[in-house]
Amino acid sequence: MTYQFDFGWLIDSLPVLLKGIRITVQLILVGAVFGVALGIACAWVRALGPKWLKPVVATYVELIRNTPFLIQLFFIFFGLPSLGIRMSELSAANLAMIVNLGAYSCEIIRAGIQATPRGQFEAGASLAMTPFQTFWYVVLVPALQRIWPALSSQIVIVMLGSAVVSQIAAEDLTFAANFIQSRNFRAFETYFVSTLIYLALAILLRQLLAGLGWMLFPRKASR
Amino acid sequence: MTEFSFWDILRNLLLAARWTVVLSLVSFVGGGMVGAALLFLRIGGRHWLRLLSRGYIQLFQGTPLLMQLFLAFFGLGLFGIDVPAWLAACVALILWTAAFLAEIWRGCVESIAKGQWEASASLGMGYLQQMRYVILPQALKVAVPPTVGFSVQVVKGTALTSIIGFVELSKAGSIVTNATFQPFTVYGLVALIYFALCWPLSKSSQLLERKLNVAHRNH
Repeated sequence: MTYQFDFGWLIDSLPVLLKGIRITVQLILVGAVFGVALGIACAWVRALGPKWLKPVVATYVELIRNTPFLIQLFFIFFGLPSLGIRMSELSAANLAMIVNLGAYSCEIIRAGIQATPRGQFEAGASLAMTPFQTFWYVVLVPALQRIWPALSSQIVIVMLGSAVVSQIAAEDLTFAANFIQSRNFRAFETYFVSTLIYLALAILLRQLLAGLGWMLFPRKASR
Repeated sequence: MTEFSFWDILRNLLLAARWTVVLSLVSFVGGGMVGAALLFLRIGGRHWLRLLSRGYIQLFQGTPLLMQLFLAFFGLGLFGIDVPAWLAACVALILWTAAFLAEIWRGCVESIAKGQWEASASLGMGYLQQMRYVILPQALKVAVPPTVGFSVQVVKGTALTSIIGFVELSKAGSIVTNATFQPFTVYGLVALIYFALCWPLSKSSQLLERKLNVAHRNH
């Protein structure tokens, strides 16, 4: 059997692909910013927050970390409307990614915070810092510096996981690939090209995050 | 229209969960074997073999599992193989798992002090002997917790095979939802079943890690 590869469709489909890439990039930007913010808030609760809130956050983190992203997405998009919470495909995709990354980054940031010696809190207090100031300047920033590589990897993993949002018809890169594939019947070539685009995006994102870490934490850890 | 009771829904989902378990086991065992081969190429082997296995790992870690599933589903067909969903699912998941396990295990092997390599070399051991008698027995102990931890990712990864039409827990969830119009209940239950599969694995990974650390401290 001989199969003739054909990439001729690529030129006509370029606008669709570009739109898909744009939405995937948009999803990961929103997801990363708000997801990490949620992760920081949850890590704060687990380290220093009110006692009654701790089990709530712990349950959230365990639930998210032990269920597939696909099911979280379906639950948000198909399940929540029964409670009267209805949202567009794109908002559901964004929410699912934020909730997902929030749980993972909470665990990663918490590990960074746990590596902070107890004396640092006391040192902060002795400088007349409020608990919040101590948390922010003395604990969180060094913790983030320490766990930046792990956090970057998690953000890349969430970006790759976002391919699944095509299943609720959010028009990301995978959705574009499915759309093109249903027109040109060149399934292998279409998915091959989109896989390469994902690979390029992952490498680019990793470089960007490394650069961002370089900018945010210019000093090397003193230990 | 037939009415579905809560127990009908749960029973159907649990029946489908069997396939999630089977697929996870197949991927984990198959992926472990391919991963071990990759590991040997990655740390020993000739220069170009090392590059090849590094490229493989980067490729599979840097692209979405969903795309790998699509490529297996449509790509194997190019060789004239009739591809049922379960075959594509197994192939893609095994290749994906292998990339991650190889990289996890590489970290474990590299955590073994360099002196151990040198000491065993000075005893006149060859590469394979060094691995067999000195490095792997120590690395295996380090490798257990992260390997158990990664099995959770494999179980969750199997959910994606529903998209190419393999009927496991997630697909069953969609089918039952279409029949009952109760997405909240059904996907809630699906999530809980996944949780029941994954949580014991996560917990035991954490416990093992703690146990291993204690062992370290006592040394």
